[in-house]
Amino acid sequence: MTSTSRTPEGGRIDRATTVEFTFDGQTLTGHPGDTLASALLASGRHRVATSIKLGRPRGIAAAWAEDPGGLVQIEEPFPEPMLLATTVELHDGLAAHALPGQGRLADVPDSARYDAVHHHVDVLVVGAGPAGLAAALTAARAGARVALVDEQSEAGGSLLSGTDRLDGVPALQWVAAAVAELAGHPEVLHLQRTTAFGSYDDGFVLALERRTDHLGAAAPKHVSRQRVWRIRARSIVVATGAHERPVVFADNDRPGIMLAGAARTFLHRYGVLPGRQAVVFTTNDSAYDAALDLHRAGVRVQALVDARPEGSPRRREECEHAGIRVLSGAVVTGTQGVERVTHALVAPFADGEVGAGSAIACDLLLVSGGWNPAVHLFSQARGRLRYDEALGAFLPGEELDGLAVTGSAAGVFDLAGCLADGQRGAGAALGALAIPPAGEDRLPAAPEPVVPAAPLVLWRVPDTSGAEGSTSFVDLQRDATVADIARAVGAGLRSIEHVKRYTTIGTAHDQGKTSGVLTSGITAELLGIPVQDTGTTTFRPPYTPVAFAALAGRDRGRLFDPERVTALHEWHVAAGAVFEDVGQWKRPRYYPQPGEDMEAAVLRECAAARTGVGILDGSTLGKIDVQGPDAAVLLDLLYTNLMSSLKVGSVRYGVMCGVDGMVIDDGTVLRLAEDRFLVLTTTGGAAKILDWMEEWVQTEWPELRVHCTSVTEQWVTLPVVGPRSRDVVGAVFPQVDVSTEAFPFMTWRDTTLDGVPVRLARISFSGELAFEVYVNPWYAVAVWQRLLEAGRPYGITPYGTETMHVLRAEKGYPIIGQDTDGTVTPHDLGMAWAVSKKKPDFIGKRSFTRPANADPLRKQLVGLLPVDGQTVLPEGSQIVEFLPDGELPPPPVPMLGHVTSSYRSAALARPFALALVKGGRSRVGDTVHVPVDGTLVPVEVTGSVLVDPEGARRDG
Amino acid sequence: MAELLRTHPLEGWSAAFERLPDTVRITVEPYVAMVDVRLGPVPAEASTALGVDLPTAPNTWVPAGTGRAVWLGPDEWLVSSTTETPEELEARVRAAVLPLGGSAADVSAQRIGLRLTGARVRDVLAKGCSIDLHPRVFGRGRSAQTALGQAGVVLLALSDAGDNHGVLVRSSFAGYLAEWLLDAALEFTPTPTR
Repeated sequence: MTSTSRTPEGGRIDRATTVEFTFDGQTLTGHPGDTLASALLASGRHRVATSIKLGRPRGIAAAWAEDPGGLVQIEEPFPEPMLLATTVELHDGLAAHALPGQGRLADVPDSARYDAVHHHVDVLVVGAGPAGLAAALTAARAGARVALVDEQSEAGGSLLSGTDRLDGVPALQWVAAAVAELAGHPEVLHLQRTTAFGSYDDGFVLALERRTDHLGAAAPKHVSRQRVWRIRARSIVVATGAHERPVVFADNDRPGIMLAGAARTFLHRYGVLPGRQAVVFTTNDSAYDAALDLHRAGVRVQALVDARPEGSPRRREECEHAGIRVLSGAVVTGTQGVERVTHALVAPFADGEVGAGSAIACDLLLVSGGWNPAVHLFSQARGRLRYDEALGAFLPGEELDGLAVTGSAAGVFDLAGCLADGQRGAGAALGALAIPPAGEDRLPAAPEPVVPAAPLVLWRVPDTSGAEGSTSFVDLQRDATVADIARAVGAGLRSIEHVKRYTTIGTAHDQGKTSGVLTSGITAELLGIPVQDTGTTTFRPPYTPVAFAALAGRDRGRLFDPERVTALHEWHVAAGAVFEDVGQWKRPRYYPQPGEDMEAAVLRECAAARTGVGILDGSTLGKIDVQGPDAAVLLDLLYTNLMSSLKVGSVRYGVMCGVDGMVIDDGTVLRLAEDRFLVLTTTGGAAKILDWMEEWVQTEWPELRVHCTSVTEQWVTLPVVGPRSRDVVGAVFPQVDVSTEAFPFMTWRDTTLDGVPVRLARISFSGELAFEVYVNPWYAVAVWQRLLEAGRPYGITPYGTETMHVLRAEKGYPIIGQDTDGTVTPHDLGMAWAVSKKKPDFIGKRSFTRPANADPLRKQLVGLLPVDGQTVLPEGSQIVEFLPDGELPPPPVPMLGHVTSSYRSAALARPFALALVKGGRSRVGDTVHVPVDGTLVPVEVTGSVLVDPEGARRDG
Repeated sequence: MAELLRTHPLEGWSAAFERLPDTVRITVEPYVAMVDVRLGPVPAEASTALGVDLPTAPNTWVPAGTGRAVWLGPDEWLVSSTTETPEELEARVRAAVLPLGGSAADVSAQRIGLRLTGARVRDVLAKGCSIDLHPRVFGRGRSAQTALGQAGVVLLALSDAGDNHGVLVRSSFAGYLAEWLLDAALEFTPTPTR
């Protein structure tokens, strides 16, 4: 299909190249440089959507992100819902369709890449229009580190939409020279297609760069499609321009009704005539340019309707000279047309009263109600706004440190003024940063500005249609009208924030770029208060919508969360281990042999450890080196039990509590020297306990001469477990006498293997004879292999965390965080023996004297044996008891506690569990019940140690 | 008896690193002895005993024999050596600082070193490191304890041109970081192979 509304020449499009796209299944063409909106308008299509609530046809009402109406669904190259046709750059193969209100998310994964980059600058300039370019040049010429970001596909800002001249030549020549000059400065980063969407404290700005969106299917796969720039700027120059504001009148939402400035953009930038017969409705001088430009381009301008009683005498003369009829003191009161506007209803307007009107035929109705400076970034940075009565707009109302607003964003609307203001803003930024300005910093010569006739502030035209404002749209995307605001005010709402939420105005994709200030104005009118008192709603990031995929960046898939692995990870993988996530660690859970499920593998691994020998990678255990003359003093304060009495060469188990006396961690302590200990923590507690120790040392006991250093990854820990572990360890480390007499339980010995230092410790987390082998991870693979080799005659069996858990649970050893939940004392765990009665103080001691801690009905750790000998109780199951009459208490049935650990035991040949049960130790021998899948399973309460309660096995 | 075989966490990554372009070169620098030194005020004797003036300016490092001394905190340094074994280094440094009220712990295997060189290295690092790495700010001798992606690292500036950085990462995070770096370098890799 050929373009029906394309001008014969001009615009920033590449007319030599044609690209094909589809809209609603229809194949259309456009040119590189087009947006989807300009290409649709070029093909004569105005309607692109159907409104969400009322089902009214909607078209393209603006030329960029402020468009409230033209949301479309993209299908190709990748499905994306609700993008603005005005901001989608056209490319070959683009497929889109009109939206019936809402879009749909893709149901296939997005294969595009997204990333983020941190960037630091002296001066960040947002916006590459005249003010922004002038600012960037000034900063760059001074040698500052500069970033210039602009959301359009090319620099120029408002200059792209007009016919301005600088230094006597088209202004875009100056733009091109400025861009080239900036490219020559090595410390300048100039990004187009990049929207600064959030400004935060201390000069932190987030910007989204659309890097390959405009390339369509040709986008390289290894380059990110979109990039979030995380810019930290010492100073920011905001040159974001202004958004034109409409005037609200009845039926102001029909396709073919658009902002006057947008029509200039479509004409000059895209070479598109957005209509054939136009009516222009304005309250200010700027729309006269649109009328004159369109007239020159061949559009029949039926009338220029100026709401001001006297209009603009100078501009009126220009129009009449061109043959355009100007109706001053008149307004558009309504429109006709369905798929597209066919008539504008024009009536005289004086003193707020509308006279009798007439219909003027048109297929394009341009509207201008003035300009709203784009103060979003200033306001996001907590800048206060002030209402300017003359402009009918909100302007920056104060100076912010490190953030200067310049150009149209600050209410400067003439070209010469914008250039000078940009230069001034950058100069002030350089001054604050003590960066000397460049000697030569010339601005191009702009035409002498003409003072425009004063604008009229007009938010809405009284509704004479009889619809009582119900077709006078304030927010087109939300189908919210003047009647809705009246209803909100009628309901008693006075705060603009409440009106926003009641009406939903400003909550759509455009966040009220056209509707926000209108709402303030109309609400103020209805309340009879000054607009300054109404204020605006809060500007919050993002300025324009940002895809979650862009925010997620590269943190997805394998990079979503780091996987920590031990030095033996590759071996585990090769051995077919099934892994378990323990914090960020990947730990082998079990090593299934062919045909084995987890239950079979774990039973086999448990049996090996209890009858032969097993081996575990326990490297993830937290390890802290505690050194200094007061190391023992510190440990006495941190642990509930006494550590200072530990002998060098020995090991002791200890429990740490919080100040509330509840268990926070446990583990063993090796005394390496009088002034040096190795503290072992749980895997999950490693970082937390080091912080805990540092906090106490730094804040409460700074006098202690002690230092704590994490050595978690300095040592691999390889427990060799089982009756034959002595044979294996003795064979690999022949220099060590591994007999019980020479190397008793809870002692450690240093040795070497081929000259490499190795530490052996008789520590058992299984109740079996066991040796933990500690070595520098550089040698982990070699030592592991040696142990496996030596263990082969005994059927040495690598086991994972599941078997480790079963073995320890059979012995009643709790896992802090699984069998405890922050409300459990050492006494509740049956570890009163681990709480010193001699020490004058330790963390948690005072809390143990609370009466509640002595309550015999506290939940206590006990064992549970399902009476049927079959059921594996689900962990987390509730525990209940029958009344003496054999009935359950009436609901809600009180819970006695819950199952904390539950496994099938090879040693017991039956399932068992650990549980926290109210008054648990006094219930040993009782039968209680656990609901499982709707049946009550009877279980016997037992002591927590189920295997080898005498501890006969630990010495082999 | 044969020497005990050594392995490091990035054995499996060397082939992928070799495919990187010259603008982003990653080399693994494993098996470097490192010791974490804690010392309150740094007395003059410390320099003599250690053979290096421990840097007191925050976020800096200095050469120390065949290795480096990196400032980690007001009372903490990381001292490395490429010629001593971990035990030798710990013993030497410990002997030097113990009488001064300090301490020293072998942390050789806690972290593994990566060397990043090339014109695009700064761009790769900027994808996951929030600090300013401009050579004017982060020239040779500067260091930082910071995050690279989601891994904590010690970052060392080894040149004044911003094209040579040392990265020390926790051994357990090394695989994650390697994958992260390769992914970050992808756009600078002429023929993507991944």
